[in-house]
Amino acid sequence: MVTITTVDTLQEAAASSGQGSSLLGGGTLLMRGVNYGDQDVSRIVRLRQPTPLAGISSEGERIRLGAFATMATIMKSGDTAFLHPVARAVGGPAIRNMATVGGNIFAPHPYGDFAVALLVLDARLRMSDGSEMDLDRLLPVRDTETRLVESVSALRPAGDDFRFLKVTRVKPRGASVLSIAAWLPRRAGRVSGARVAFGAMAPTPVRVPEVEAALEGVNLDQNGIERALQSVANNLNPPDDSLASGWYRKAVAPVHLGRLLLGQGTR
Amino acid sequence: MMAKTPVQFSLNGSSAAVFVDDAQNLLDVLRRGVGDLTPKYGCGQGTCGSCTVLIDGEPHLSCLTLAETVEGRSVETTNGLAAGPNLHALQEAFMENFAAQCGYCTPGMLMAAKALLDRTPRPSREEVIEAISGNICRCTGYDPIIDAIMAASGQATRRTG
Ligand SMILES: Cc1cc2nc3c(=O)[nH]c(=O)nc-3n(C[C@H](O)[C@H](O)[C@H](O)COP(=O)(O)OP(=O)(O)OC[C@H]3O[C@@H](n4cnc5c(N)ncnc54)[C@H](O)[C@@H]3O)c2cc1C
Ligand code: FES
Ligand code: FES
Repeated sequence: MVTITTVDTLQEAAASSGQGSSLLGGGTLLMRGVNYGDQDVSRIVRLRQPTPLAGISSEGERIRLGAFATMATIMKSGDTAFLHPVARAVGGPAIRNMATVGGNIFAPHPYGDFAVALLVLDARLRMSDGSEMDLDRLLPVRDTETRLVESVSALRPAGDDFRFLKVTRVKPRGASVLSIAAWLPRRAGRVSGARVAFGAMAPTPVRVPEVEAALEGVNLDQNGIERALQSVANNLNPPDDSLASGWYRKAVAPVHLGRLLLGQGTR
Repeated sequence: MMAKTPVQFSLNGSSAAVFVDDAQNLLDVLRRGVGDLTPKYGCGQGTCGSCTVLIDGEPHLSCLTLAETVEGRSVETTNGLAAGPNLHALQEAFMENFAAQCGYCTPGMLMAAKALLDRTPRPSREEVIEAISGNICRCTGYDPIIDAIMAASGQATRRTG
C-alpha cells in the first residue's frame, strides 16, 4: 500500500523523506511505479502548492529553473529559447505538461534527456538544505541522496555554442537510443573549453572528459573532430535495453556526435 | 484502513466532489468514483494516451495524475464535448473522416486535439501530428485522425499516404 503525505515546504518534504519515500514531481515515473506495484515506492511526499518552485528567472549570464518547472513551462518561456528543442524532446505534449526538471534529474536510464543538456550548461543545483551542488557530482550518487532539489542554475549559451540531438526509434516521439548535448565555445574559430554529455550511454547522463579534451583547440570540421569521435567508443560502456544493445549504441554514437559537431541534424 | 481524502474539482464545468484513496490516480477516480467512463485505461504507464484529459485546459495523462492534485482545478473529458444532442465539431469531423475504428483511442485523441484547437484554431498538419504524438492508435494509421482534426479547424484535408 502506498501512502501520501502532503506538506507545505520542500524542507518539510526532505525531513519526512527516508527509505521508500519519494517526492512527487509531475508523477510521470512515480505514478507509473504506483500503478504497476513497484515495491520501491511505498510513500509519496507531495507539496501542497508546488507553483512557487516552478518558476524561471534570469540571473545575469545564467538562468534559474525551479525544480518543479515543467518541460511545457520551459517551452513557453522566452528566456529559455535555447532549451526549447531539449524540452520538446521529452515525451509527447501531455508528458511535457507534467514532467518536471527535478524529476528528469532522477529519471532512470534511458530517460534524463533534459539532464544531459543541463550537464553541459554547468548546472548547479540548489538543494533543500540551502547548499549548492554541481549536477555532475549529484548524478553518480543520486540514488542515495536524501536532500531534494529546489532549483537549477544553468549557463545561458551564446549563438550556436549549445547543441542537442536525440536519437529515437519511434517517430515523432520515443525514448532515447541516445542523446547528446554539447557546449562549444570558440576562440578565433577554435574550440575552447568544450563540454560534451551523453544520455542513455551509461547508467546516468554523463560528461566524457576524454571527448572534451580531444576537441580542445580544434576547428569544427571533419579533420578537427576525428580524435573526439574515436574516443567515444573507448570511454563509454552503454547498457543494453529493449531499444538498443550497448554494442549498437557504441557503434552509432560517433556518427551522431559527428553530425552534432558539424552542425548537421541538430534539433 | 486506507485513508480517504476529499477532493473537489470542476468536471466539464460542473462541480465534482469525491473521496479518493491514497495514491489513487485520476483516471480511476473519474471512471469508478465519478462514473465518467469516457477516458480509457490502455496502459497505465503514460505510453498510449487513451486516458488523456485536460487539466486547466492542458492535456494530461489521467493514469499518471495523483487524483488529489486536481483539488480546485478544472478537468475536461470527452463526456463534456457535446452540447446536448449536438456533437462537438471534432466529434463530427471524426465521424465524417472515419477517424474511429475500434474507438478505444478516440477519447484521448479528441482531448489532445481539443487542447490544440483551443490554443491554435488553424493549426498546420505538422502541429496536428505533434499534438497527437503522445497518443497511439492501432487501427486507423493516423491519417484519418489528422484529416479529421484539420477538417474540424475548417481547413481542407490533405492525405499524405
Ligand atoms: C510515456 C513516457 C515518455 C517519456 N519520455 C521521456 C523522454 O523522451 N525523455 C526523458 O528524459 N524522459 C522521458 N520520460 C520520463 C519522465 O517523464 C521524465 O524524465 C520527467 O522529467 C520526470 O519528471 P517527473 O516530474 O514526472 O518525475 P516524478 O515521476 O514525479 O519523479 C521521478 C523521480 O524523481 C524524484 N524527484 C522529482 N522531483 C525531485 C526533486 N525536486 N528533488 C529530488 N527528487 C525529485 C522523485 O522522487 C522520483 O524518484 C517519459 C516518461 C513516460 C511515462
Ligand atoms: S492509460 Fe494513461 S497513457 Fe495509457
Ligand atoms: S480507432 Fe482503434 S485504436 Fe484508434
